[in-house]
Order: sequence, then structure tokens, then C-alpha cells
Amino acid sequence: MCGIAGIIHRGKSNNVGGEMQKMLQSLKHRGPDSTGYALYGEGESNNYILRYKVGENVKEGTTAVKEDPSVYAARRKEVDKKINEVGATIHDDEKITDYSFRYVISYDGDLLDLAKKIESVEETEIQSLGKSLELIKDIGDASVVADQYSLNQFSGTHGIGHTRMATESGVDIRSAHPYWAYPFSDVSVVHNGQLTNYWNNRRALEAKGMRFLSSCDSELIAVYLADKIREGMDLEEAMKGSLEHLDGVFTYLVATKDKLGMAKDTMAAKPMVLYESDDLVALASEEVAIRSVMPTEIDTYDPYEGEVKVWQA
Amino acid sequence: MASIKGHKSTEMGLHEEVLTGRTQQVFFNPEESENFFYHDAYDVDFNKRTEIDAKDIECLDINRKIKELMSQGYGTIVIKNPGSKHSIGVGILNKLNLIVEGSLGYFGIGSVDGPNVRISGRVGWSCAENMMAGKVVVEKNAGSCFGAAIRGGDLICKGSVGARSGIDMKGGTIIVGGDAGAFTGFMMQRGRIVILGDVGPNLADSLYDGTIFVGGNIKSLGADAVEAEMTELDVDWLKRKLKVAEIDKKVDFKKMTKIVSGKKLWNYDNLEPTERKGAI
Repeated sequence: MCGIAGIIHRGKSNNVGGEMQKMLQSLKHRGPDSTGYALYGEGESNNYILRYKVGENVKEGTTAVKEDPSVYAARRKEVDKKINEVGATIHDDEKITDYSFRYVISYDGDLLDLAKKIESVEETEIQSLGKSLELIKDIGDASVVADQYSLNQFSGTHGIGHTRMATESGVDIRSAHPYWAYPFSDVSVVHNGQLTNYWNNRRALEAKGMRFLSSCDSELIAVYLADKIREGMDLEEAMKGSLEHLDGVFTYLVATKDKLGMAKDTMAAKPMVLYESDDLVALASEEVAIRSVMPTEIDTYDPYEGEVKVWQA
Repeated sequence: MASIKGHKSTEMGLHEEVLTGRTQQVFFNPEESENFFYHDAYDVDFNKRTEIDAKDIECLDINRKIKELMSQGYGTIVIKNPGSKHSIGVGILNKLNLIVEGSLGYFGIGSVDGPNVRISGRVGWSCAENMMAGKVVVEKNAGSCFGAAIRGGDLICKGSVGARSGIDMKGGTIIVGGDAGAFTGFMMQRGRIVILGDVGPNLADSLYDGTIFVGGNIKSLGADAVEAEMTELDVDWLKRKLKVAEIDKKVDFKKMTKIVSGKKLWNYDNLEPTERKGAI
């Protein structure tokens, strides 16, 4: 089933970490396996924020292979070495869990080169690399993940998130949403639904040099949009194209440094409820998620089939 | 199990086939007094009024509370602070005035038979699914699958509704004051849908029977849906129904589009008599 949610404040920052935690927690019944957040903060001036992991969270119910935690430290050292090798500088580094890290780095070169270097380290996956995006995902419900990564006071303009019920791939962080639109900084995607022409599209995109890390169909949307942006399309144009090229039933949210967008398939088979005011836009698979941050009575509506909408922060 | 010998239904042609193999069919005898009332249906007094504050109550407990109050004879129940929670007001099988001050989530007022419900806010997906009788009025918008598989009653949304409204509908009336999404009336089998605004693509796709009236633009018709001529009877019926629906919108009924089934798509005529009756 899966649940998705997003919120964007117009022209001001707010506690989007706390808001997204409440919204996603109220969608827990739609997907208890893992939860992910893509939060857009004030950033670190010209520096990049790198979120990456070097292993999986292995516990009861997950499908990842258990490793000796001692390998994580060695992999982290290797990542540090690779970052230095491409000429990037680490200004701040933080260990969030044994396997997950947050760095602030400065770098003037090609992001793709940096990303490739970092991911050449065994089992290492960049979750996000951007100037304002911080992408966090892990096993457990929204509160568990928010507490683990201290997200409840995260200040920013917007965010999207996902509660996952694993259907077509494993219960692990790799298959959890959101997906970063590698290698474009600050682009992330969450999705509710199934894509039925996943392999055809994946093969075509891989032939063009695009990279896939998981076998989760939702990753295809992020990679598809990244490819179209690479070809010069703007976000809205790329999203409209996705309705023609991606087959299946889906509703997805995409966020960039200053925008949040939604797209719904032409059958309108997956839910989305939308609230829009002068100050903010909130949207979710169920109204109960919006009501978790706006307890008073509000006017909401369901976007229609084939609709694409984009809002500016 | 009631005896079927000499029963009216046999005279009408039902149960004439020789059934082979296992069957779970239970024959219904309308003359047996216990069949007049549902289990858990109550005799209530509309003048006896009470409130439920749903703010900190889970949906299961809200529904239990409604049942408990009905068993005490309360005929008017006001639900305050529903907070868009799911499945509120389901399974009410008797007369009741239910007033919801706020919005409901998914599957609200499902499987009801008889209540008069007014919702001041919005409803999520599948409102009033499987309704048998009664009247449900939603003051704002509704999500998809509005009135899925209803068999009777009047279901009214004064705002706009999502996709697949009236899917698999088997009777009753759905009235929408605003617009409706794709696949409205999909596989509808009987009853009437009235949409005063615009309708999305594939209207009345695979419609078996029933009628759909549209006041605005239709994006496209579904398979086997055809336009029919509006009659004076249709106009009279629409006037009466919209009055019941309390929708104050100026409508030129004669300019509405009437959609019915082309009856070319399905294999309906080849069905066995019992199966045909079961299908509608």
C-alpha cells in the first residue's frame, strides 16, 4: 500500500522535520516496514551536505544480510580517502548510527565523479548529496526513524516522506524511499503504486549511463526524472512526460531545492489529498496525515487523473 | 432455512434450475417475522439527541458508542471532532439522524441501511460504500469511489468527487454538485448518477444498466456508453431529486446530457436466469 506525504511553506522556514514526522506517523498503517524523509533545510552556504550509509540496519523482519559492525568503520575511512582523492574537503562529519553518516563538504568538481568515487566503496550508498536536501531513511515507523536521526527539530521550507509496505523488493534501507535523483543535487522522489514497465525503462536508462542501486520500481521515477532534467527539461515538463512513459498505477511526489510537485497516473488509482493555502501546501495519501499538523477543519480535495502540479517554496 | 415449496419466488421463476454440487444459498422468506429486522437494529426516537466527542477516540470505539447510544433509544447523534478518521458510522441498520461536524476519512458511513446522515466537511475514499437505504449529504468534496456498490438511498456531495464514483452501483441515486473524475459509473448496474459539473474520461465505462445525467462537459465516454435523449420524465425526476438534494444551483435540465448503456459489450443475455437476477 505505502503512504506518501509532503509539505511546503511559502516564503518561510518551519519545523518541517517535526511536521513530516507527525504526518508520516499517522500513515503508519499504510506501511510499517520503513520510513524515509527528504527534508530541505537552510543549507550550508556553498557547501554540500552528504548523507550516506555503509551498511544496512539488520533486525527482525528485515531482509538485509547481517555484517560485523567493525567493517563500517573501515568503509567510512575508505570513503574519507575517496572524498579527498577527488579534491573535496570535509568540513564537518557526524556519525548518526553505526552505518549512517552526515558530512558537510566543499567541492567544485563534477558531482557525478564525486558520487561514483564514494559509491565505489563496498556496500556504500549515497542517500543524498545537495545544498539543502537531507535524505534520511531507515527501518521502522516515522517516530523511530525521527528519533534515531534527531529530525524532530529540523528547520526548513519543505519536505516529502514515505512509509513503506514492502511488496516487490526487500525490507531494507536500500529499498526504502525517498530516492535521490542521482546525480542531481537536491532532487528527491517518493512514490505510492506499482510501475509495470519497470524493466523496459530501466534497461533503456542504464544504456544511457544512468545508475540504479535497488530493484525497487520507485527508484525508476527518480532516475527517469534525473535523465529528463539532464536533457534540459524543467521539472514540470519532466513530470508530465513521466505520465506518458511510465505505465502502471501511481501517485508520486518530487521535491527540488525550492519546489515540490505531485503527479497522478491517468487512472487515478492511487490516492492523494491536497490542502492549499496562501502560507503552505500539504498533501498526503490520506487526509488524516494533513490533519495531524492542521487540527482545525480545512477544505481539501483529491487531484484528478493525469494531474501534475508544482509549487514554489 | 425457510421452505421454498409453494413460495412466491418459485412462482416468479426463481429456484427452478436444478442446482448441483454444493451451495451456500439461504432462502429468504419475507413472511417470517424475524426477517423484518436486522440483528443490531434499534427502535430510536429522533427527539432524543446526544453528542460524541471523537477527538481522542479510535474509530472502532466511536462506532461502538453510536451503537450503544442507539440501543438506548437516541435517534439524533452528533459527532464532534471526527478529525478525518476512517470508517466512522459504518453498519448502521436503522433510522437515525447522524450529524458529523467535520470531515471523515476513508470508508465513512459504509454498509448502512436507513440512516439520515449529514457531514459538514469532506469525505475520503469510498464514502457510503454498499449503502442500502437512507440519505447521506456531504457539504464539501469527496474522494474517489464515492458511493461504490450502493444498492439504494440518496448519496449527495455538494462539492466535487474523485474518480470511479458509483463504481459497481446497483441502485439508488448519487448526486454531485461539482465535478467528477475518471471512470464515473464504471460497471454500474442500476440506479442513477447526476453530475452537475464536468466529468473526466471514460464516463460510464462498461455500464450494464442505469442512467447518468451530466450538466457540464464530458471528457470522454467509456466502452459501451451512449448518449440518449432527455425526456420530460427525466426533467421532472431531476427537478424533484435536486430539491431533495438541497442543491441550489440553477440548472437547465433540458441541456443536460443523458448517458445509458449501449448493451453491446457484455454477455448479459446468455446468463442463466438466477445468475442474471443475482447480477442486478
